[in-house]
Amino acid sequence: MRSLLMQVGVIVLMMVLMMAPGISNAAQISNGEALGDACTSCHGIDGHSKGYIPAIAGVNKATLLQELKAFRAQSAQATIMNRIARAYTEPELEALAGYFSSRPR
Amino acid sequence: MMKALNRRNFILGSAAAATAPFMSAPVYAAAKGARIVIIGGGFGGVSLARYLRRHDPSLAITLIERDTQYTTCPLSNGVLGGLYPISQISFTYAKVKAAGIDVINEEAVSIDPSAKTVALAGGRSVKFDYLVVSPGIDFIWDSIKGYNEQAAEVMPHAWKAGAQTSLLRRQLEAMPDGGLVIIGVPAMPYRCPPGPYERASLMAYYLKANKPKSKIIILDASDAFIKQDLFMEAWQRLYPGMIEWVPGSKSGKVLAVNPSTLTVSTGFDDYKAAVANIIPAQRAGAIAVRAGLDQGTGYCAIDPVSFESRVHKGIYVLGDATIAGEMPKSGFSANGQAKACARAILGAIAGTAATPAKLLNICYSTVDPNYAFSIVDGFAVTGDSLHLTFEDNRTTPIGASDDEHSREAQSAKSWYANITAEMFG
Repeated sequence: MRSLLMQVGVIVLMMVLMMAPGISNAAQISNGEALGDACTSCHGIDGHSKGYIPAIAGVNKATLLQELKAFRAQSAQATIMNRIARAYTEPELEALAGYFSSRPR
Repeated sequence: MMKALNRRNFILGSAAAATAPFMSAPVYAAAKGARIVIIGGGFGGVSLARYLRRHDPSLAITLIERDTQYTTCPLSNGVLGGLYPISQISFTYAKVKAAGIDVINEEAVSIDPSAKTVALAGGRSVKFDYLVVSPGIDFIWDSIKGYNEQAAEVMPHAWKAGAQTSLLRRQLEAMPDGGLVIIGVPAMPYRCPPGPYERASLMAYYLKANKPKSKIIILDASDAFIKQDLFMEAWQRLYPGMIEWVPGSKSGKVLAVNPSTLTVSTGFDDYKAAVANIIPAQRAGAIAVRAGLDQGTGYCAIDPVSFESRVHKGIYVLGDATIAGEMPKSGFSANGQAKACARAILGAIAGTAATPAKLLNICYSTVDPNYAFSIVDGFAVTGDSLHLTFEDNRTTPIGASDDEHSREAQSAKSWYANITAEMFG
């Protein structure tokens, strides 16, 4: 019962915050999207690449994560991704895979 | 007369009354949406404008850019090598406008940080809540004796792409076989550190096929350069004997030029050039310097998380004009900084703190249409600056196969298509 009350309280608080003046109507930027901002410079907006660089929008999360981890472990061949992947921790790679897999193809 | 005025007032009044119910929603949105003004329509400014618009339709975004067309420095060396025409790397602001960004093609002449206004050359002034200054670089004309704006019409720098690129290309086309091309490289920091060496490569690509007795001498203020081993390897393989590099310690630094005789002078030697490409020393774009954002140092100190100026709150600086720790001055850097800055501004509007971004710089150098190599860098905020996240294996390995170089050349083209689509598409 108490947890239900708390949930209602949280929802009310969220609604109040959302309606408060001065708060931007910008979409919340998730950690995955913020990290992914660096990726789109090559892979295109939302991962819709033109040309040789692979499109990553809407690719299965497990597949993406497996590839990213393999690049990071230097166990997969790549043009440059094996170098780039070293800049990210495993949780960051997971957030990236989650974000790009959620983009419409 | 009186009657006519009254009638006019009546019409205006009734028009206002009639539209009032429909105006109320947009007026509320406008009051809510912060005014973001951006100076400079290059990689930093346009990337930021488009990112903000994609994330917040309520913002009033104004982009101030002197020119109606933008020619990218990335890939401009390919124009010099005759790989494609300059039209292929030139963009208008039509799609930027269509995205709901107010583009003012006028020069910004001054910034008033306390009144929060930008004065335009035409006399107007633009009010901002947040200002982003992304002016690129300007040249320090007195850094080489005899080299000024007039001399650049004879000895082009071509370090801002556009008319200068076309001029240098025409000079290469007109020069005789057996002529000497000089490329003068300034001391660091300057825009696009590997640019002069990629330029030498693609000039050699053109000369080898069309004027094979010609030679290129790079007169360098520095004793080493980025991706040096990879360039040297490529020159040996593709253009043996065509490109000579003279480092600063061997009197490579250009000290003086004479445009009327096309003479380029270092401490010890005078070179008589057929084509002289002189790249002078640089600093942040004039508007940033005029506003004191560089504190007299030539480049602008910024907060490495938000890219807010260390001098003025509410004013942000991007790209080549900044001191961004270990990040080089590149279009890729400016594009990533723009997104980090945009997130910080969206956060400031919403009242949330900015979180540090992970930034990248990926830079391909193309030395012939099917041969490229790259440097890949990650940057994170440590202390109060941006530092490399790894220091080893940053570049394509020496001795890579033709196939690897070919895939990097294709990647370079694909990168360009994607980053320019993000900005101008």
